[in-house]
Amino acid sequence: MKDLQLGESGTICCLQDPEMALKLLEMGCIPGTQVRLNSRAPLGCPITLVVGDMADYTLSLRVSEAATILLK
Amino acid sequence: MSGGQVVPGRAGVAASAAHLEAAALRHPGPLTRIALVGNPNSGKSSLFNQLTGLNQKVGNFPGVTVDRKTGVSQLTPQLRAEIIDLPGTYSLYPKSLDEKVITDLFYDKTSAQYPDFVVVTVDASNLRRNLLLFTQLADMGLPAILALNMMDVADQHGVHIDVAALQQELGVPVVPMNARQGVGITALKILMAQTLGAPTVSFYEPEEALLPMIRQIRYYFNLHNDYLALHYAHQYRHISFLTPDDRAYIQELTEQYDFQPTARQAQETIARYGRINEVLLNCVTVTRTEKNEPYSNRLDKVLTHKVWGYGIFFGVLFLMFQAVFAWASYPMELIDQGVAWINGLIQTNFDGPLINLLTEGVLAGLGGVLIFIPQIALLFAFIAVLEETGYMARVTFMMDRIMRRFGLNGKSIVPLISGVACAVPAIMSARTIENRKDRLITIFVTPLMSCSARIPVYTVLIGLVVPDEPVLGIFNLRGFALMGLYLLGFFAAIFSAWAMKLLLKTRERSYFIMEFPVYRWPRWKNVGLTIVEKVKAFVFQAGKVILAISIILWVLATYGPPGRLERAEARARTTAAAQGLDPEQTQARVASERLENSYAGVVGHVLEPAIRPLGFDWKIGISLITSFAAREVFVGTMSTIYSVGQDANEQTVQQKLAAEKDLNGQPFFTPARAFSLLVFYVFAMQCMSTLAATYRETKGWKWPILQLVYMTGLAYFASLAVYQFMK
Repeated sequence: MKDLQLGESGTICCLQDPEMALKLLEMGCIPGTQVRLNSRAPLGCPITLVVGDMADYTLSLRVSEAATILLK
Repeated sequence: MSGGQVVPGRAGVAASAAHLEAAALRHPGPLTRIALVGNPNSGKSSLFNQLTGLNQKVGNFPGVTVDRKTGVSQLTPQLRAEIIDLPGTYSLYPKSLDEKVITDLFYDKTSAQYPDFVVVTVDASNLRRNLLLFTQLADMGLPAILALNMMDVADQHGVHIDVAALQQELGVPVVPMNARQGVGITALKILMAQTLGAPTVSFYEPEEALLPMIRQIRYYFNLHNDYLALHYAHQYRHISFLTPDDRAYIQELTEQYDFQPTARQAQETIARYGRINEVLLNCVTVTRTEKNEPYSNRLDKVLTHKVWGYGIFFGVLFLMFQAVFAWASYPMELIDQGVAWINGLIQTNFDGPLINLLTEGVLAGLGGVLIFIPQIALLFAFIAVLEETGYMARVTFMMDRIMRRFGLNGKSIVPLISGVACAVPAIMSARTIENRKDRLITIFVTPLMSCSARIPVYTVLIGLVVPDEPVLGIFNLRGFALMGLYLLGFFAAIFSAWAMKLLLKTRERSYFIMEFPVYRWPRWKNVGLTIVEKVKAFVFQAGKVILAISIILWVLATYGPPGRLERAEARARTTAAAQGLDPEQTQARVASERLENSYAGVVGHVLEPAIRPLGFDWKIGISLITSFAAREVFVGTMSTIYSVGQDANEQTVQQKLAAEKDLNGQPFFTPARAFSLLVFYVFAMQCMSTLAATYRETKGWKWPILQLVYMTGLAYFASLAVYQFMK
């Protein structure tokens, strides 16, 4: 996730932090889902991700939280 | 039914049937209880407003400090129902205290509060994630209606939903709607008036291996299904109605069967999403074309831009600040004059101690409550629009990194800035911060921002000791002093927040993960209802405290130990006559002597040894006490009390203060004293309305008392340092 450039997409492989994973899963970040790094806040954190490849929606989260998402 | 009491009318059976119906309307049976649940941003509040209109009230969930919004909805001409608006949540596994009220409500079927059924609002444009909560509720066995909301947004995104197929797949009634425009409300109400059975479709079966444990819990607690029992195994520590024995029993079972809650919950969520995907495959088609590129993204390029983003945000803040600071002053003046006019009317026509209590105690207190309404209404008009449009999420996004350093949240910036106008609406606006710890810290430090009530005190004292000299040609030394006081307050707030971040421990894990809503036009009905709700909350809850304290303060300043006031007045009149003062001067002299000998005066004298190291005397002590009604009262009190023993020519407060001499005949208000007093006013918690607002927002006396002790302590030691250093 950390290596994603602005506008680039990836597919979620797994979630590292078990507790954070519960929250991310509920928000729809299921392994196999496509995510795209949509924007960064002016100071670099938080960021927004567009989740899903069908009916998309945008999540905003801190970089530290996004770092627990591993991409394929 | 009260049919037994109905006496058949003379006109016969037909009339008595009408009579019966009317009686049934007058004495309705227990109302149907309907709970409204849904994800944040699924349009739940809009739906609640559409269903209940102005028939809303805000109460408390028992035992927790979460607002409980209920309202009554007229479903059909004959049938009304009670609607409970629950906090927005993504799942039935609560992540915050606010969300726990939802599970507490749904876990106990025997409770009187248990809803007859639930209406689940889902965002049709984002059905997959929204259905997660629905499938959990359905598996709990709760009768449900699915309100398929925001159909217009779904259309814009190219999402087409086959409602009939969805209804078939989910096994519950589905109502397509657009709550913001009122589309589909009638259909929903008609459905809500029907009797609903439990859902027929199951979305998740707990694994075989878990069943022995689940069944034991289920039979022990006599629960109606397995999934609820599974939730008991997950949540037993947090279910408020379980006894310690109950908890110990479940804990033993979970250990015996080596139950891994985190892993199980993750598996369940993934399994549910799998099932939801199957459902959607049959009901939803998405046609995505390039022109569907969300306009929100393009708007965000400007509104969260490095330069423009902050520029626009500060423009919005400035406008808000102007509104609360300047525009609100006109209606406030009207309220002030109105109360003064009524007061004058009563005082000229009636007389007596009860009349004084009414005018100077009750009416003055009431005026002190009403005066805040314009500021609260205006600030919440702005905040409601920011929330409704989705801009608030962008504010949080842009400010989070800066504010987080100090234990605050991106959204804390709004209360902090509003605090410069008035801490009361500012504290109420901290409600938009979901995270409990961040919200508490914000509420706690907001009163340190210099509010507008401090300005009269600042100007009088600065005018007294800071020379009116130009600096660098265009600036003024007094302006610098004023700015310094504002900065002092600001840095105190930031530093206190940072210290609290280190001190305050919380079990609740803080997440920033949130949905970034699309931009939308605000619904003015929602904005209006927000304003009404906030004003009502303030007047009826904080208002009571303010009124009570005003009356106490009035008693303290009006009455004194027996006989003492009369002697003081007689003494004042004798000396006034001896000096040949005119009636007006005599009156001032009497008022001043009376104040000195009142209970407030006595307290001022008692206080003197404690505040002498700060350079204050008992006269300032009295003013500090009366300031508690509102800081600007300081000026009035000082004016009254310093009329003693001075030339009648000294007119303004500033002149009176400047003329005050110490025992050696030197001016009493030295720069050391004035700055000590100024610093005291920057830090001290001297506003009962703020304390009442904190009490109302934190639902208890712990935080207002801590605030009072901390701020007053800070003020005391800061003033002590200033006075001892400058003396």
